Amino acid sequence: MVKINKETIKYYQNIAKEIKQFILNVAYQSQAHHLGSFFSAIDLLTVLYFRNLKINSKKLKDHNRDRFILSKGHAGLAFYSVLAKRGFFSEKELIDNYGRDGGKLGVHPDKDALPGIEVTTGSLGHGLSIGVGLALAAKIDKLSYRTFVMIGDGECNEGSIWEAIMFSSQHKLDNLVVILDYNHLQGFGRAEEVINLAPMADKWQAFGWQVKQINGHNFKEIISAFDAIPFKKNKPSVIIANTIKGKGISFLEDKLESHYKRINKEELEIALKELK
Amino acid sequence: MRNIFIEQLIKNAELDKDIVFLTGDLGFNAFEGFAKKYPQRFYNIGDAEANMIGIAAGLALAGKKVFAYSIAPFITMRCYEQIRNNICQQNLNVKLIAVGGGFNYGIQGFSHNTIEDLAIMRVLPNMVVLCPGDKIEAKLALNEVFKYSGPVYLSLGKSSSKKIYSHQPKFKLGQGLLVRQGKDLTLVSIGNIIEDVLEVADKLKDKGFSVRVISMFCLKPFDKKIIIKAAKETKAIFTIEEYSLIGGLGSAVAENLLETNYSDIIFKRFAVPDRYCKRVGSQIYLRKINKLSVGYIVKNILKNINK
Repeated sequence: MVKINKETIKYYQNIAKEIKQFILNVAYQSQAHHLGSFFSAIDLLTVLYFRNLKINSKKLKDHNRDRFILSKGHAGLAFYSVLAKRGFFSEKELIDNYGRDGGKLGVHPDKDALPGIEVTTGSLGHGLSIGVGLALAAKIDKLSYRTFVMIGDGECNEGSIWEAIMFSSQHKLDNLVVILDYNHLQGFGRAEEVINLAPMADKWQAFGWQVKQINGHNFKEIISAFDAIPFKKNKPSVIIANTIKGKGISFLEDKLESHYKRINKEELEIALKELK
Repeated sequence: MRNIFIEQLIKNAELDKDIVFLTGDLGFNAFEGFAKKYPQRFYNIGDAEANMIGIAAGLALAGKKVFAYSIAPFITMRCYEQIRNNICQQNLNVKLIAVGGGFNYGIQGFSHNTIEDLAIMRVLPNMVVLCPGDKIEAKLALNEVFKYSGPVYLSLGKSSSKKIYSHQPKFKLGQGLLVRQGKDLTLVSIGNIIEDVLEVADKLKDKGFSVRVISMFCLKPFDKKIIIKAAKETKAIFTIEEYSLIGGLGSAVAENLLETNYSDIIFKRFAVPDRYCKRVGSQIYLRKINKLSVGYIVKNILKNINK
């Protein structure tokens, strides 16, 4: 891997910025909500897709491709936008299919709706177990592909997440990586007030995972973490990414309503300006 | 019937290296042989059915042919949304192998018996639903299951103690089987209650009726033809099942009949009433107190056809 210099960081920052601008425009046009979740996850997704995932949009069925599952399916538009930018389909295809009558892309991802969407998600707490199955299959078949699963902190309220966590360390799945988008806001309250999972890192550690805690909007930290996978042989890796819901947009940042808010024309202009 | 499954699993696993077996911490004194022979293809997921179904989906996405095993209520209701979202919606090659079902777990009590599984599995698109009644039906079902690529729910109870078939029947997914030919009335059965259904048929025969018996151990895809033929050729149809009155075999037969020209036929469902049973007992006892004893069924059939 190349040294992480300023140009490298700038490179990913620019891609992320372009994707964010695109997301805002689509979200405005389609009156989508979950904007806050798009902006807490997008910096992580950008680096993952543009630097670390071993995937080829021309070889979709390659048995040894890295897998990604967006278990927190409500960040669907962020995920679709990264796939479009990465060439799995065009931005026009995304716009034509997103949230429209007869379209293929709902708010939550549907398997094979468009190329690169590997798994149907949306109900919280499902994606990690599926990721465990993919990682286990790689071990059985002695393949080198890795499986990345992005989950949310609210999602960690689901018991099935912890079932999957326990199984992964038991079976030494060091080809499995969880990216925890720890934005501290869930559906109807602050994570700390609903179900306080702090100290989050200690919990994963106690369950046998190798943990790295990063600032999920600091590209140097994101790149360093992804480049270091697996963190330890025979252990599954978790990146606990401290993020901010609605990051970079003043009227969305760290606000509960960013999960539900739809933006109007004026807000779109403000948001686009703030991203510059 | 479980032992037939294990034999077939081992036999098929020899030929097909993609077969993987998962269990929710069950199978003592049954699956040790498979586990020893194929340690890389046997996983005890632990007491975690939701995780088991998700893992099954992930393995299937990577090309594995997955068999996931537990007791009927645990592998259906505990993880129903995982079955719906991960297996059926993605149409993956995962077979859910359930033991127990109906009152097969007898005195184990409410938690281990289930009358709802057939109804809730049947409503899922892409799901095949099988519930054989004896060893012959189990073999027929398994032959198809190992050939078929897609989601299947296979419920394996205790094998009927009685001989059901005098010949070796042929079976394909989506077929009901004609167990006995008859022209006055038809009994339709699913699962190992077929042993009692044949006794009901014998008693009705003693009263002078020619009784047709159909085993509908493949509940989905549903064999509409065999039911319509019975409606055309006999005067009455009675469904008998050790499952809920709502949503199972009786419902499936009724739904199909009502859309034909034979909707005025004499029809009645014998099934477990829509309530929780607060008594424990053997499978035979539980049938009896849930309006499924041979005597009760015979009496009520006679009442219905002599109206």
